[in-house]
Amino acid sequence: MIFLKAFVVGGLICVAVQILMDRTNFKVTPGHVLVGLVTAGVVLSAVGAYEPFVKFAGAGATVPLSGFGHILAQGAIKGVQSGGLLGAFNGAVAAAAGGITAAVVFGYFAALLFKPKG
Amino acid sequence: MRQNAKRAFDPGKPLEMQKQAYKKMVKKVSPKPPVIRNSIWAFAVGGFICAVGQAFLTLFQGLGLSTLDAGTATAIVLVFIAAFLTGLGLYDEIARFAGAGTIVPITGFANAMVAPALEGRTEGIVMGVGARLFSVAGPILVLGITAAWLVGILYYFLGPRTP
Repeated sequence: MIFLKAFVVGGLICVAVQILMDRTNFKVTPGHVLVGLVTAGVVLSAVGAYEPFVKFAGAGATVPLSGFGHILAQGAIKGVQSGGLLGAFNGAVAAAAGGITAAVVFGYFAALLFKPKG
Repeated sequence: MRQNAKRAFDPGKPLEMQKQAYKKMVKKVSPKPPVIRNSIWAFAVGGFICAVGQAFLTLFQGLGLSTLDAGTATAIVLVFIAAFLTGLGLYDEIARFAGAGTIVPITGFANAMVAPALEGRTEGIVMGVGARLFSVAGPILVLGITAAWLVGILYYFLGPRTP
């Protein structure tokens, strides 16, 4: 059941973005899409809407990049709860460190090991 | 063609009108994206990537990781797969059909790092690959971290007081 929910919810987010890219007059690049998703994730998480969404859709909510924003925002809030003002600086990146490091390391190795096509 | 262009940009008309005529012409000439077909592809591929993510999430939770740690481990695995497929040139092949279905998931974030970095190899492995890795990821991290920092600050000043 959770697989079906993840599939449908994750798929629907992609469809919404696809329609946004196809039907608006703005030139929406992948970069804009990803920045928008992260920021939307941070805002939704801050107002408490993202956590119930994760409980409902599982990976359908965490795998889209808005889930990355959710981790950043929750990290910042938990950082403040445990470390005060300093936590606002520490918390967000600390919570997302695993994903960021994976992206940097694997990305760097992939770019070094493979030859560009064309 | 030339006559058409002349009619669209009558130099006697004010610049603003010429701009609008040009916009209309571009809209008419540029092909309309097949919205339905694109949406079906985006749904199928994006949904599939999330279902694969759910499989890893369930697996890691079964191994005893907390929900948060399982999420991080899942992100690491998905990023690895996406970086590998981008290196092989396969991810961008799928992306031609799947559009947002391959951009929205965290695999799209990895792809947006590796694809420009591959192109940067001619400029060296420090300022070429090293810098290009962040040509798209940079803005994402800047905006994401700034927004999250702001949330932390707001929470500090306006959030519930801990005794």
